[in-house]
Amino acid sequence: MANLIFEQVLNSLQFGVMLFLIASGLTLIFGVMNFVNLAHGSFFMIGAYLAAYIAGATGSFWLGLLGALPLTAALGFLLEWLVFRRLYKKDHMVHVLATFAFILIFNDGVRMIWGPQPLPLNMPAAFAGPVMLFGLPYSSFRLLVMAVGIAVAIGLYLLINRTRLGMWVRAGANNLEMVTAMGINIRLLFRLVFSFGLVLAALAGIMLGPLVAVQAGMGDDVLILAFVVVVIGGIGSVPGAAVGALIVGVVDTLGRGLLPQLFALFLSADAAASVGPALGSMMIYLVMIAVLFWRPSGLFPARS
Amino acid sequence: MNRITTMAGAILLAMAAGASIGAQAADVVKIGFLTTLSGPASAPGIDERDGFTLALKTLGGKLGGVRAEVITVDDQFSPDAAKQGADRLLKREKVDILTGFVYSNILLAVAPAAFASKTVVISANAGPAQFAGAGCSPYFFSASYQNDATHEAAGKLMADKGYKRVAVIAPNYPAGKDASAGFKRFLKKEPAIELFPKLGQLDFATEIAQLRAANIDAVYFFLPGGMGVNFVKQYAAAGMDPKIVRVMPAYDADQQMLSNGDLLAGVANTGQWSADLPNEQNRAFVTAFVKEYGHQPSMYSSQAYDAAMLIDSAVKAVGGKLENREALIAAIKAANFKSVRGGFKFAANHYPIQNQYARVITKGADGKYVNNMTQTLMTDHVDAYVGECKMQ
Amino acid sequence: MQRLLLLFFVALAVLLPILAQAAGMEYYIGVLTRILIFAIVASSLNFILGYGGMVSFGHAVFFGLGAYATAIASFHGVTSAWVIWLLAALVSALAGLAIGAIALRTRAVYFIMITMALAQLFYYFFVGFRYYGGDDGIQINGRPVLGLGLDISGDNGFYWLVLAWLLAVHALLARLLKSRFGLALNAMRENERRAQAVGYPTLRYKLAAFVIAAVIAGIAGSLIGMSNLFASPKLLHWSQSGILLVMVALGGVGYFYGGILGAAVFLLLEEILSTHFEYWQIYVGLILLLVVMVAPRGVSSLMSIGKTLKQGEQHGA
Repeated sequence: MANLIFEQVLNSLQFGVMLFLIASGLTLIFGVMNFVNLAHGSFFMIGAYLAAYIAGATGSFWLGLLGALPLTAALGFLLEWLVFRRLYKKDHMVHVLATFAFILIFNDGVRMIWGPQPLPLNMPAAFAGPVMLFGLPYSSFRLLVMAVGIAVAIGLYLLINRTRLGMWVRAGANNLEMVTAMGINIRLLFRLVFSFGLVLAALAGIMLGPLVAVQAGMGDDVLILAFVVVVIGGIGSVPGAAVGALIVGVVDTLGRGLLPQLFALFLSADAAASVGPALGSMMIYLVMIAVLFWRPSGLFPARS
Repeated sequence: MNRITTMAGAILLAMAAGASIGAQAADVVKIGFLTTLSGPASAPGIDERDGFTLALKTLGGKLGGVRAEVITVDDQFSPDAAKQGADRLLKREKVDILTGFVYSNILLAVAPAAFASKTVVISANAGPAQFAGAGCSPYFFSASYQNDATHEAAGKLMADKGYKRVAVIAPNYPAGKDASAGFKRFLKKEPAIELFPKLGQLDFATEIAQLRAANIDAVYFFLPGGMGVNFVKQYAAAGMDPKIVRVMPAYDADQQMLSNGDLLAGVANTGQWSADLPNEQNRAFVTAFVKEYGHQPSMYSSQAYDAAMLIDSAVKAVGGKLENREALIAAIKAANFKSVRGGFKFAANHYPIQNQYARVITKGADGKYVNNMTQTLMTDHVDAYVGECKMQ
Repeated sequence: MQRLLLLFFVALAVLLPILAQAAGMEYYIGVLTRILIFAIVASSLNFILGYGGMVSFGHAVFFGLGAYATAIASFHGVTSAWVIWLLAALVSALAGLAIGAIALRTRAVYFIMITMALAQLFYYFFVGFRYYGGDDGIQINGRPVLGLGLDISGDNGFYWLVLAWLLAVHALLARLLKSRFGLALNAMRENERRAQAVGYPTLRYKLAAFVIAAVIAGIAGSLIGMSNLFASPKLLHWSQSGILLVMVALGGVGYFYGGILGAAVFLLLEEILSTHFEYWQIYVGLILLLVVMVAPRGVSSLMSIGKTLKQGEQHGA
């Protein structure tokens, strides 16, 4: 039993860390640019597709990873310059509609380019097997995913708290007018924040690709979880996104894992199997509502 | 004012354009082919389409000597999209026969409308219990099997071998429940643990952890399409005990799976057909399939091929006059065609009476993994629900 | 002039099924019915979005709840359409009250995300509710009965019923928008702080509008359930809400006929494009993008119809 809980905790950490990657980009884009970006999930998908394509052609997961990230950044840069920068000043509904349009375009676009069947993205051979953790075998790839996520989190912390660029970003999330008045090149800042956020989402897509399926629409469900994380954590706050992601990761995984067993005590196995995960999924939103009642702007809002 | 009239005119024009698409041609057999052609669950649907298309090619594009028009619709693995697609097939195209169908939940969503419009439904895969017993309908035929059968055979296989702690994992949808029920019916005891992940779920970390904690001797996993491939990979990556015996349904142990052969060597699987079944039609079918598509056929292809041949025999029997539904139904029921399974006959509830075989995944001489038939588990097996059906 | 045009269109709409049957295109009566149903729910969204300024990404919840109320009531043997509509309205009103009370306390970006998340709550609830079909949805065996000697079990009869509802809903909305309530709502959208300063209880008014929109959406949902004889959790999913927003945007946010036009344009596009192109969603996305960048006021702005009831304008122009 202890082993089971230990394994599920590891699973929830792995999931939470990936959510953090996606949510941190999203919260920065919200916080600094006040831009509602529904297409964020699409870049999760695009990263995975590009990596799968390159990995399929070269036979190497790592080449896929290294190739997909700059390509995604370039795509984000291009789209920001072409379309999104014209929308910042407009109201949120326009953001929502424009980025929703991109969801439609990207979802059918990847199917048009790569076909309706999912692309295989295999774990790197060195990480395809288990590793022993305190006598319990656990997938080494999942540990890799966690390691990558934690490394990025640390890097992000250092970037935001210890560099000048990070200082501008934090200032921008706190009070944009002041930052503009101080003469910072807002356009460049926006473009960098946007592209960087998308690259983080793409990285999450590439790491999760071997565990799920690289298919059209894979970013849609993850997007809404990212939103919940951002709302819980507070818009514009990266530490908030970290805390939020851990909460959501734990609630979702434990919900899916432990609740069915709990319900199986007094329901049939298949009834328990649908009530459990559904309740686990609902619980995330209930937690969000609870947090909002207590802290209407999230746990660590960036705005004063 | 002008703009509005222009718009009204445009709408009417659009309707006219659409109508021209649906115009009927005389003397043709219209087949609606509704299956899953996109997403991670689409491999079986594509196999079905390939098998059906090959059969039509062999028959020269005709069914029963009449020119055949096949309208293919992708259900996108969603009962909603399937209903819309079926609506189009039944009402706009007015098809004579509706076939295809991989997944039971889709079939169950679509069938009532088809029955109501007196359209014959011939399923090339899904065989839910709902239409086998009290809910049987003269308009429904399963050219494949009754869902429980494959799992009953697996249960018998495990019961014969006498494992103590058995696990079952199946998706949480009608066919998944049929699987668990059928398996337990012939296992004749309660499994140590039953898991029902959501249909379409792809990350099995939670389930694998639970399997590990349950200390099992054997696991029966029914995880169609992409689900199974992911499960097998993650199962191996998680370092599960290789002594645990794995059994799966035969229809999942084809093409997509076999490319991961190293992870599956020795896994047994159960079903009503195998590529090495020694009858003339099967040999011809397999040879033609390999020539056309460059890979071995899967069970889905074999079933769709049989479905086409079944329709061919029925259309021939009624002389191309499909409007008389009663005669058509009787002709289909007679099943006067040569199946790749050897013999073929329907039970009173329009589900097949057939053998179930055990196959094992082994490495062939050329290094590729194939299924070899090892034993006949059941002969002329009838499903458990036929007694409740009122048709006789 | 406007009145005459309106009459012409209503007459055309009434005659359409007969025309379609004459042309052998009965299939399209179903398509038209769908358009009319979506026109109702899109108009309800337009009401709170265009006139109330509330960007709700969870409006599909009420649509789906209406369908489920219908399905579950039928499942338990209710056959009267009137009882079912009452139930759908009640359920939607309660949900609207609950969601509105929570979400309307927040503003801007939070409002969008909270409505989206609350909608997901309901979505997962129905996915998990295996007894009523869960993920696979629930069939409705036979259309409810209207009584009064009118038969809605056939395609034509049902179409006219939906048309009647469409006309009734829009008559109600026109009334509301011209009333003091409607003007106050408008004022709140333009400048909430000023409206508050003048003494309007903004939260109460917004909540009232939200609930009214929810009830209308619930009725529309009931109609879609009766039309498809099927209800599934997908009706409540946030992507469905997104599609509703797209419809309103295409038709013209804040224009009186924005909902109707948007639903018609979107569904016709879907029907035509999907017949000719396999990957038609790309084109819908591109068209939406074009509209957003070039004509953000949607099709209505290009036609300047319904101008009398456009937001910010005096009535009776």
